[in-house]
Amino acid sequence: MKTFYYKIIKGISVTFIHLFLLSASLTCLFPLFWMVRSSLMTMDTIFIDKSLIPHTISFSNYIKAWVDGNFALYLWNSVFYTVTVVFAIVIISSLAAFAFSRLKFPGKDFFFYMFVAAMMIPLPGSFVPLYVLMTKLHLVNTRIGYVLCMTNVGLSMSILLLKTFFDKMTPDLEDAARIDGCGKLGIWWNVGLPLAMPAIAVIVIFNSLNVWNEFILANLLLNDSRLMPLQKALMQFQGVHSINYPLLMAGLTIAVIPIILIYLAMQKYIIKGLTSGAVVG
Amino acid sequence: MVGGNEVIKKKIFNRDIITNYFFIIPAVVIFSIFYIYPFFYTFKLSLNEWNGIDLHQQFVGLDNFIELMRDKDWWASMWHAWYITMIALTFQNLFAFILAFACDRDLKMKNFYRVVFFIPPILSEVVVGLIWTWILYAGKQGGEYIGLLNYTLSKIGFSHLAHNWLSDPKTALTCIAIVHSWKGFGWGFIMFLAGLQTIDRQLYEAARVDGANMWGILKNVTLPMMIPVIAVVVILTILGSMQAFVLIMSMMGNELAGATSVPVTQILNSMMATKRFGYACAQGITFGVILIFISVIFKKVSDRFKEV
Repeated sequence: MKTFYYKIIKGISVTFIHLFLLSASLTCLFPLFWMVRSSLMTMDTIFIDKSLIPHTISFSNYIKAWVDGNFALYLWNSVFYTVTVVFAIVIISSLAAFAFSRLKFPGKDFFFYMFVAAMMIPLPGSFVPLYVLMTKLHLVNTRIGYVLCMTNVGLSMSILLLKTFFDKMTPDLEDAARIDGCGKLGIWWNVGLPLAMPAIAVIVIFNSLNVWNEFILANLLLNDSRLMPLQKALMQFQGVHSINYPLLMAGLTIAVIPIILIYLAMQKYIIKGLTSGAVVG
Repeated sequence: MVGGNEVIKKKIFNRDIITNYFFIIPAVVIFSIFYIYPFFYTFKLSLNEWNGIDLHQQFVGLDNFIELMRDKDWWASMWHAWYITMIALTFQNLFAFILAFACDRDLKMKNFYRVVFFIPPILSEVVVGLIWTWILYAGKQGGEYIGLLNYTLSKIGFSHLAHNWLSDPKTALTCIAIVHSWKGFGWGFIMFLAGLQTIDRQLYEAARVDGANMWGILKNVTLPMMIPVIAVVVILTILGSMQAFVLIMSMMGNELAGATSVPVTQILNSMMATKRFGYACAQGITFGVILIFISVIFKKVSDRFKEV
């Protein structure tokens, strides 16, 4: 009898837990649903049709955003910046982390703690001197300028993460490679990088999201509309088409779809990566 | 033989030092140019009056900092950021903790919840801000509200509540804080859940055998074990929320001053609108020092808790 009551009480409480969690899920998903729903309407129907699923669905906003709104170009720009910056960060930070973990040279600790200290000290207005510097170097409105700035942003965290990872690895395989006549660069490339793949995956995910979603530096450094990434383009788009919300929602959907797809495909690694990144940072 | 080996080793080592530096040179060069130089340049600029274009920078000593102490707009913006932070610390983190606590058991669809709650945190602030601006939109067409929130309110009989959420200084900041919390709670949830899952189940069993109810277990077992995780979440929430600004810009447009200004918008305003680069740097340094100060206090407080 006792277990019977226990089961009923447990069943009720589990139902309540699910109701609670489901309503929280709805809170997360509904704004996104509303974005997609509004993007499938036009300026004529959006004021009249108030149903959850519009009576007439139109893809004209996507065509308009893609062709007239130049979103094909902005999407390409965002992909370009993300891929270039993440590639640069992986190569540069893994070289440095490998050296900090495995090689000996004077001033090693000094250089390493320099990177660590940079992560500890918040400097909220750092974009001001950075903008001045970029103007001096004539790197404003250049792809390379933005790529270099963003590479620097992700460097400290990636070096720290990879160094901790290399420190935990046993040097057996590296010794074997050395006996086989591998140089240091060869060991980094043939042994270090393949073994550090779990840490590199975290770095790739963390920095990809960071670059894809970045706005502040893009806003300051890239005024040429041919160079803009999606985030800046969306912000400008809102300024110009402030009333045409269906069109804006189509632009937003274009910016969100790649992120959501990649997220759903790799959610396990992303959640793990972002939490470990947050703990380190 | 041993001696010979050592000589060879030493020779290799000497040659090594130079090649070893090649590994860190790319990182150090980029870091020096784009982090260290701007870092120290901030301090130099903060002591000068400069419009960003002239070749000459006027040295003014600590005048920028003294002026900042009396700048009412600056301290108002600090208060706005603190208001957003307080809402994030209380509502967002409490909600995140309750969700994590609810999820921390054998539950069907646990992974579904995890995946869904983490969607807002991976979206950019621009995207989140613009979606919510549309939901909060206050425009009318033919006497009916267009924006979802106002339309729903007027349909369920609360039309007196419907108004221009983002133009009204009384509600704008709260709306921003709520949207900020919407974007952030999934992150808190993941952090808390990760922390909860490290707690040994046997502790719960032991407490249950001792006759503790759910509240007792939460108070005496879960919370004490969670203090390190809570401390990390609190400090990161403070650092993130105080510096939140892109969300505000995407919701308020280019209106950087007024009832929703935060320190970062003030810095941007000094730089782009009034063209006072020195003053902007003084603001950045002051804000940075305040952030470090707050984090240190919270670290101390959480350490105190840990001892108890």
